[in-house]
Amino acid sequence: MKYKMRIEVSLKPGHSDPEGETTARLLKELGYKVETVNVSKVYSLVLRAESRKETEGKAEEMCKRLLANPTKDNYDIVVGEEK
Amino acid sequence: MKREEIKVCILRVGGTNCDAETKRSFEELGAHAEIVHVNEIVRRRNLLEYNALVFPGGFSFGDYVRAGAIWAKWVSAKLSKELKMFTDDNRPVLGICNGFQVLVEAGLLPGFEGVSSYPEATLATNFPPGYNCRWINLKHENRGKCVFTRKVPKGKILRVPVAHGEGRFVFAKEKEKGLLEKLRENDQLVFRYCHKNGEYAEGSFPTNPNGSFRDIAGICNPDGTVFGLMPHPERAFYWWQQPDWTRQTKMSEYGDGKLIFESLIEYLAKKP
Repeated sequence: MKYKMRIEVSLKPGHSDPEGETTARLLKELGYKVETVNVSKVYSLVLRAESRKETEGKAEEMCKRLLANPTKDNYDIVVGEEK
Repeated sequence: MKREEIKVCILRVGGTNCDAETKRSFEELGAHAEIVHVNEIVRRRNLLEYNALVFPGGFSFGDYVRAGAIWAKWVSAKLSKELKMFTDDNRPVLGICNGFQVLVEAGLLPGFEGVSSYPEATLATNFPPGYNCRWINLKHENRGKCVFTRKVPKGKILRVPVAHGEGRFVFAKEKEKGLLEKLRENDQLVFRYCHKNGEYAEGSFPTNPNGSFRDIAGICNPDGTVFGLMPHPERAFYWWQQPDWTRQTKMSEYGDGKLIFESLIEYLAKKP
């Protein structure tokens, strides 16, 4: 079976986000009352697996092995509809 | 071992740079250096024919995911057995700029308990943000563990350039105090960004060009045989690579970067 997945990798609270801060500054310059901007990265995947549980396990593994650096990153996994 | 018997492997993938400068630096000191594509090493399975390994600078795999991450995991997947034998034999591994990012992502640095399964530190986006290319000053902090800086007296200030967008060395926030202490205890701190007079940058830009935690620019593993740094010593090897060489009247033939290559060659020459 094929499963759709959405993995969002974002900075842990407390880690500075220079890209977000710069973007916020510019949005303020453009006249928006922006308080904060946090930049994250989204990976959309289609994975072949036997079950939803296996898909979630594999996604967790992928985050730990490549997509996130546990020093600074949090990740959020959403497994979608079977295809 | 005689200098001419020393074989250095400079790994290359799409996006690496300064491999030619690194090769020339080793050759100037009498060693034999080869630039080898990582696929070639995987195909030939001959990493152990070399005495030292270098991950040069650049933007391997387009810096996708995180700088150095893809190359690190690629090497871990394809060469982990040979690389472990290489480091277990105390053969030196040098990571310059992107190479430093690779060594951190591969768990070889800081490597408190040997090679870690997951990164224990990171080289995050510069603060202030953006790519930064400039000459900076480095203070040598190591007490003798790092085999790459044994010819550099402790406290000496070296002038070397940096060129990167992701060089802010940080630990996980909740662990940073303890891990910094560990780096100090193990003699793993090698270079910190400083002013011309040797005072630490204390995070001030541009003396500290990327916002690194405690101005850290380079660290080694607990054995002192794996070393990574964000600045480029191979771009400061000769006197004529320095930006003010036309304005200087008294200049030595070489730049400060030479000391790092020289220390490494001397370590290898004496290694049993």
